[in-house]
Amino acid sequence: MLTVSRLTKRFGGFTALNEVSFEVKEGEILGLIGPNGSGKTTCFNCVSGVLAPTAGTIRFLGDDIAGLTPDRICHRGLTRTFQIPRPFRKLSIADNVAVAAHYGATERTSEAEARRRALQVLDLVGLPTDSAALPTQLGAGGLKKLELARALATGPKLLLADESLGGLDPGEMASAADMLRRVRGELGITIVWVEHIMATLMRVVDRVVVLDHGEKIAEGRPRDVAEDPRVIEAYLGEKIVLE
Amino acid sequence: MSATPGRIAFATVVAFLGIAPFLPMAGMKQYMLHVVIQIFIWTFIGQAWSLMGRFGLVSLGHGAFLGIGAYATTLLWNFYGLTPWIGSLVAVALAVVMAFLVAYPCSRFGIIGHYFALTTLAVGEVVRLLIIAERDWTGGSLGVTLKAAGDASFIALQYADKQVWYYVGLVLWLAGLWVWARLDRSMARAAMEAIGEDETAAASVGIRVTRFKLWLTVLSAALTALGGVAYAQYITYVNPETLSGIGVSLRIVFAVVLGGMYSLLGPTVGTALTIALSEWLRIVFGVKFIGMAETIYGLLLVIFIIFLPAGIYGSLADLVRRRRRPAAAPATA
Repeated sequence: MLTVSRLTKRFGGFTALNEVSFEVKEGEILGLIGPNGSGKTTCFNCVSGVLAPTAGTIRFLGDDIAGLTPDRICHRGLTRTFQIPRPFRKLSIADNVAVAAHYGATERTSEAEARRRALQVLDLVGLPTDSAALPTQLGAGGLKKLELARALATGPKLLLADESLGGLDPGEMASAADMLRRVRGELGITIVWVEHIMATLMRVVDRVVVLDHGEKIAEGRPRDVAEDPRVIEAYLGEKIVLE
Repeated sequence: MSATPGRIAFATVVAFLGIAPFLPMAGMKQYMLHVVIQIFIWTFIGQAWSLMGRFGLVSLGHGAFLGIGAYATTLLWNFYGLTPWIGSLVAVALAVVMAFLVAYPCSRFGIIGHYFALTTLAVGEVVRLLIIAERDWTGGSLGVTLKAAGDASFIALQYADKQVWYYVGLVLWLAGLWVWARLDRSMARAAMEAIGEDETAAASVGIRVTRFKLWLTVLSAALTALGGVAYAQYITYVNPETLSGIGVSLRIVFAVVLGGMYSLLGPTVGTALTIALSEWLRIVFGVKFIGMAETIYGLLLVIFIIFLPAGIYGSLADLVRRRRRPAAAPATA
């Protein structure tokens, strides 16, 4: 579905991503992990069009999308969430989602249809649907849900979820992980998930790609990757125990 | 039916419309009529500006579009005898091209916020300096007077009778309100708010940032040029200082900011107040204390902008809203 090959991004003399290649298969949840500064978010930014890659190709559903603007990539069915939620603060929660449903969908959506879809998505992620409230009234957990709802409202085929569990308490974390499973299960959306908290991620994902200093150091099933000595070293000796 | 600020504004407009057509017949003094016409035309221009301004596309160079509009029709009439009815189309087309030339690179290279404001500021000045430099056909800083039309006033769009201009102004003002309200109710408003807040996030959910900004700038410029045409035809004299450059550009911005750029009647209230204030100060001070009128005008603006950041009308509307709904219920989750 998504094939990233030899993706490179340089900022001046600093190489944030060096010839990273990986593939996302339809229907899977792929985990993208790595220590701070390993290039995960840069990788997301390149794939979603926020940054133009220095070199390499990004093929999505057969077309090269490297260097396209985020709105065009979104219309092709690839949407992302941001690590730090970026709600539109002047718009109501419902409008935040409706505007994404109206402008982000691959096919033209009427305003009425967009509003209907917004309510469905709000309901799915567990935000109040009757709400004219502003995002500023939401807590950290609510903002994360809104971020996800807005991305889902565009009707993506592939969702790039950037550290969607950061800043949540353990209960919220478990339900958010559950949420991503439901997104795949009920909506059939393929997911690439970037996450710091490895233990949670490892239980949910089908495969993992590990980045360190802008390079891919491991790829495979969570169990195997957790045993990989290079991964353990990258995470400063921290070994992930899977039950 | 509760009295929300929106409904009150709507009711006010309707009530005003009921008496508006008869106002000039009630023996209104020519001078009063002149002030009201100016308020109508400059409000229309302010409304055009606020279409961009309210979404964070702060232009400090709308004088460019105003000047292009006013000079295009005036020069076409004076040199080629082209009727302003067609001339205004040329004027709008030129303003649209100009808007595109400014907005496209700005949007493409991410020139937003203060940098956008500075860029437009320069554009307004460039147009003013061009008008002054090309004095052979623009009249330079002395300005140009429209050639009198004689009795062909319809073709020349020249009317000595202020009553005609009162109705023209009224129609323009209503058209401005209509465009504003139309945009306000559409999903495009939500998209523009989103772009104004966070372009990257807006683009990530599929909003075509460049296209929206271009479209809005072009619309705003076209309407501003039309306002310039109306002003030139009414005054029958154009001058680079009053129709382009920093001075007039800032005057448009001040009026709208003063009234409140986020509300339907904000530009109207702001323009009416600034024009009334400057007329009043002019009469009070006359030729005594040269500069005093401008000083007081400036000081009042500073005070209003500091203490009523949502504008006079906007702040009043907020107050009404707050009194009706003492405490907004906090959202769950």
